Amino acid sequence: MQSSVSSRILIYAAAIFTAAVIIAPFLWLVISSLAAPADLLVRPLRWVPENPSLSRYAEVFSGAGSAASTFRAAMVNSAIVATSSVLISMGVGIFGAYAFARLRFRFQRAILLLFLSTYMLPPIAILISLYLTLVQLRLLDSKLGLVLVYCSFITPFVLWIMSGYFRGIPRDLEDAARIDGCSRMGALFRVVLPLARPGLLATALFGFLLAWDEFLYALIFTSSLGSKTIPVAIAEFTGRNAVDFGMIATGGIVASLPPLAIAFLFQRYIVGGLAAGGVKG
Amino acid sequence: MSVTRAPKTARAPRSGSGSRGAFRQGRLALLLLLPSLVVVFGIVVYPLLRTLYTSLFDVNSAFPGTYPFSGLGNYLRAVQSGEFWAAIGRTFYFTLSTTVLEVVFGVLLALLLNAEFRGRWLLRSIVILPWALPTVVNGAMWRWIFNPEYGALNALLTQLQVIPEYRSWLGTPWMALNMIVVADVWKMTPLAAFFVLAALQTIPRDLYEAAWVDGAGKVRSFFSITLPLLTPTILIVLVLRTMEAFKVFDLVYVMTRGGPANGTQTIAYYTYVEAFSNQLFGYGAALAYIIALFILFFAITYMRLLRRGEVEY
Repeated sequence: MQSSVSSRILIYAAAIFTAAVIIAPFLWLVISSLAAPADLLVRPLRWVPENPSLSRYAEVFSGAGSAASTFRAAMVNSAIVATSSVLISMGVGIFGAYAFARLRFRFQRAILLLFLSTYMLPPIAILISLYLTLVQLRLLDSKLGLVLVYCSFITPFVLWIMSGYFRGIPRDLEDAARIDGCSRMGALFRVVLPLARPGLLATALFGFLLAWDEFLYALIFTSSLGSKTIPVAIAEFTGRNAVDFGMIATGGIVASLPPLAIAFLFQRYIVGGLAAGGVKG
Repeated sequence: MSVTRAPKTARAPRSGSGSRGAFRQGRLALLLLLPSLVVVFGIVVYPLLRTLYTSLFDVNSAFPGTYPFSGLGNYLRAVQSGEFWAAIGRTFYFTLSTTVLEVVFGVLLALLLNAEFRGRWLLRSIVILPWALPTVVNGAMWRWIFNPEYGALNALLTQLQVIPEYRSWLGTPWMALNMIVVADVWKMTPLAAFFVLAALQTIPRDLYEAAWVDGAGKVRSFFSITLPLLTPTILIVLVLRTMEAFKVFDLVYVMTRGGPANGTQTIAYYTYVEAFSNQLFGYGAALAYIIALFILFFAITYMRLLRRGEVEY
């Protein structure tokens, strides 16, 4: 369809405005992480720092300061917790998702909805008892405890999204493999899973983002350097060192690097998978 | 090779043929679902029931022991507490304003991302940024921008001479609550836009061409073609965002810690304070169940919408 000059101008103006609104706050975070402390505390504010430096990043990656070592430990914890929760949830959920997609059994829809409802369950509803239970199991303040809890909300997500993907794979291919002598599980591993690779990737990445972003459970269940995750570390640092804005910004950006990298590199998979999973019944 | 496998081939069933096949499928399904059931319900069901149990007692410490039974006392206490209703009121305000703003901006953003212009791919990439930013980082970022003495918002607005002097954006309850709304809308609008964009892309072009031939302008075809076809998606986004917004905790924790004067305490934050700062686990459990009931209501609505959501052209 042809569009008039004025509507084209409107579109470009809107695009530039949108980009500015999205980029400006984040850009300010980047600038704050590079600026010298004095530049951040002057009035009127200097938007472009006089002596930008990467010193805070050097500190976070290799410095000995307590903030730096906390951030590093928390990043490692987050990476371990998120990766293990995703691996376990995928390993467990793929089979269930296949059952929902391909088999017919009693209470199928009810069971799927039950899983989905646990995914929607407000964490606060189980937080208090989980806390009391973890105290008794001596799993409080441990990565393992956190991984178990994360699996309980990533697995339903895997079931939901992956069953949608499996349903989208033509049955004929699987039937052909079974006629050639594959068992159901053989067909799952040799035919269905390789075909569902984009879906597997999207689901795993999205699960990783969910785990990386989780805050409430981590806040309550972890406290020591051995298990604290990065959102907890940042929230604590923001509360305690309310004036070291440069370091808050640097920590924030470092914590955002993994999710931002995933989101940009796998944009198409994630955005597509997200929309498909939410809208398809 | 083919000889040994011949009998199997003969039986290879199309799904669900015969009651025996169904029985087998049921058994296989149970087997396949068992690990998920263990992982999910093993971790969720017991705590969920225990929370219900805890909510009936005056539990005031994390250690096992005997606590006085109080029946529905904790629930009554919530319903009679002014703080509780204030927190509920703030939560509803937060939920309503973020959801409405995110849906409206989300639709507009999706329309923009669906329009044809140079650099569209770039804008589509940029839009992902807020969504991918961890919530806690988002909170810390806005808290820094809204800082009363050194914040970028104050600097920008005074340098543009919009406001005469620096303001304390997070200093009064009402203003602070609205600033949290801003932070949430900034982060979550892209998500709403992705959903709507996906729906937009499935609307066939001929519909617009037909409307154009019939003399309908752009505005007209938006309201009589686009919007009706987007309605199922918009409803789903509305309910999904409502559920999320109702649980809001991390943004509040990072930006204001519920202050000033408890003015940004949402219901989840209020529950957290009562249970973990004041060690009132029984009361906290009752509050948690009240929240869960609200969410359950939203969830049922969502499932109903999903069932109706399949659009046909």
